[in-house]
Amino acid sequence: MSSKMMFYILKRVLLALLTIWIVITVTFFVMHSIPGGPFVGEKAISKEATAALEAKFGLDKPLFEQYTTYLSDIVTKFDFGPSLKQRGRMVIDIIVDGMQTSAKLGLIAACAAALTGITLGAIAALRRNTILDKVIMVITTAFVSMPSFIMGTFLLLIFSVALGWLPANGTTSQGLILPVITLMLYPMAYITRLTRSSMLDVLGQDYIRTARAKGVPAPKVIFGHALKNSLIPVLTYFGPMLAFIVTGSMVVEQIFAVPGIGRQFISAIINRDYTMIMGTTIVLASLIVVMNLVTDLLYKAVDPRIEFD
Amino acid sequence: MTNKNKPFSLHLNPNLFEDATDADKEYISKMRPSSTFFKDGVKRLLKNKVATVSLIVVVLITLSSILLPLFWPYAYQQFLGNTPGKPMDRSYNNLAPFEYGATELERIENGEYIFPHIFGTDGQGRDYFIRVVYGTRISLAVGFFASIIVLMIGMSIGSIAGYFGGKVDLAIMRVVDIIYSLPDMLVIILLSVVLNKSLNVEGTFLEKIGSNVISMFIVFALLYWVSMARMIRGQILSLREQEYVLSAQATGAKGKWIIRKHLIPNCISVVIISTALQIPNAIFTESFLSFLGLGVNAPMPSLGSLASDALNGINTYPHRLIIPALVICLIVLSLNLFGDGLRDAFDPKLNA
Repeated sequence: MSSKMMFYILKRVLLALLTIWIVITVTFFVMHSIPGGPFVGEKAISKEATAALEAKFGLDKPLFEQYTTYLSDIVTKFDFGPSLKQRGRMVIDIIVDGMQTSAKLGLIAACAAALTGITLGAIAALRRNTILDKVIMVITTAFVSMPSFIMGTFLLLIFSVALGWLPANGTTSQGLILPVITLMLYPMAYITRLTRSSMLDVLGQDYIRTARAKGVPAPKVIFGHALKNSLIPVLTYFGPMLAFIVTGSMVVEQIFAVPGIGRQFISAIINRDYTMIMGTTIVLASLIVVMNLVTDLLYKAVDPRIEFD
Repeated sequence: MTNKNKPFSLHLNPNLFEDATDADKEYISKMRPSSTFFKDGVKRLLKNKVATVSLIVVVLITLSSILLPLFWPYAYQQFLGNTPGKPMDRSYNNLAPFEYGATELERIENGEYIFPHIFGTDGQGRDYFIRVVYGTRISLAVGFFASIIVLMIGMSIGSIAGYFGGKVDLAIMRVVDIIYSLPDMLVIILLSVVLNKSLNVEGTFLEKIGSNVISMFIVFALLYWVSMARMIRGQILSLREQEYVLSAQATGAKGKWIIRKHLIPNCISVVIISTALQIPNAIFTESFLSFLGLGVNAPMPSLGSLASDALNGINTYPHRLIIPALVICLIVLSLNLFGDGLRDAFDPKLNA
């Protein structure tokens, strides 16, 4: 069992590393296949200036050499090169800067989503087919069906434009309330539905009946037996949730003007800052891959019934 | 009256049998015409009120998005303030719902009937209602065709993997694993950025659709088939091992019968359900990309691009955001509810 587990972990780690390598490679070659190069379309630069710029950023070398340099810089120095449009700044510095705000936003949203989602889901399952259950299910279905940029703009419209309760600008810590709510509603709704269905499944199991029959007090049955076991499927959602929060934060940061990594990414796309697009894609993708790996391993560790294949 | 010569014979005496009475005949006659799996499913689906209403909503929205532009007096790309030979009439820009432009007001004074601008006009004087209708059509088309592409690729690769098994299966599943672990949204954004720039569709029949929509299809086709393929492979693998397949084999059913009567009906329902649930997913992605400015090409509207265009004037013209947003929510919500209803009605395992 243990060697099987080691083998499984090794396999998954290798697969994750392979995925990250593929992301780097695909990103590099795909970005370099754009016709015209990064300096075309800028206000009439002379041929010499373009050549000088290309020499400065190493774009005059053969493509494969550029690739190996890029790859080894990332692996050895964690260096994604200079930003093409934000003069004098390194891509990694911009990413680290943006990450601090975005990580705060994302972590608060993730925790809030998990806590409220699990609570609501458990309540809905325990009060199955009552009004409360139905209300919770209708609201969560509505949240799942609403793109986050629409949710964000509605919240902005209601709470800061119409009511004036909260600032529309996300630079202060009070201004982070609306972005966090926007970001958490979809995962919260998803977790609620997940918890509800898995809790209903668990409540029908024999060991719950046995526990009740032998006189275990209800709170202990609910929290010790039912909730604990029904959280296993919820755990698998944490990887996808992070992926959602990463992409969702792009929209949310754009709407609420939060100075985070998502906003930097969008402006890089608009400004055609190619090194910045590459760097951000690779960092965020690696983050998601690693989180998925952790989620998968945790899932296997928590539930001993799952086989390693 | 047993046979005296052979007292231990097990042969029954035919004279002991009685004729069946009418009551007995009634007992074995068919109570109702036999029902097929699909008839049963449709019946269950129609009983589910939420799913039926959602289906009606989806059909209504689809039909109106196809039919309304045919006889609507305004076109989605028409600048109403533009008349040939005259300067742009600014009174047509940013009309509120049911307002008219300056020249239209004159014509109404003269007793002419002018078709109202139900949702007003946008910043460039285009009728907003027809833009919403057209945007709905684009969004639905993107969602529908993207799902079909995903279905076709996923089904063929998944069934190949499930049917052949062995090394083919192993190789396909490794590729699927890798694509599955790629963060889809980031790859979609990356590919859309690149394909928008490098796809050259000028002069071909694809030009009308626009490079952005085509790049969106390519992206969907490249990334989203994996979960479909995975699911179909799993279905085929597990269905082959089911008891009812074994019992059909034991009672002498031929392979063709088993495939037609057992494997396909059980597989197809799951396929239809997940295709139905794929459509809202694709519409979501489309609106997200449009919000980032990677969606459909101007002047073509989609619900996502209409909503994101409206963000700039949100304080003055909130209805321009609210209308497309509500349409997106309505479509996605009813498709989700309909998909859930389909699953309840057609997934035989849930009926137990």
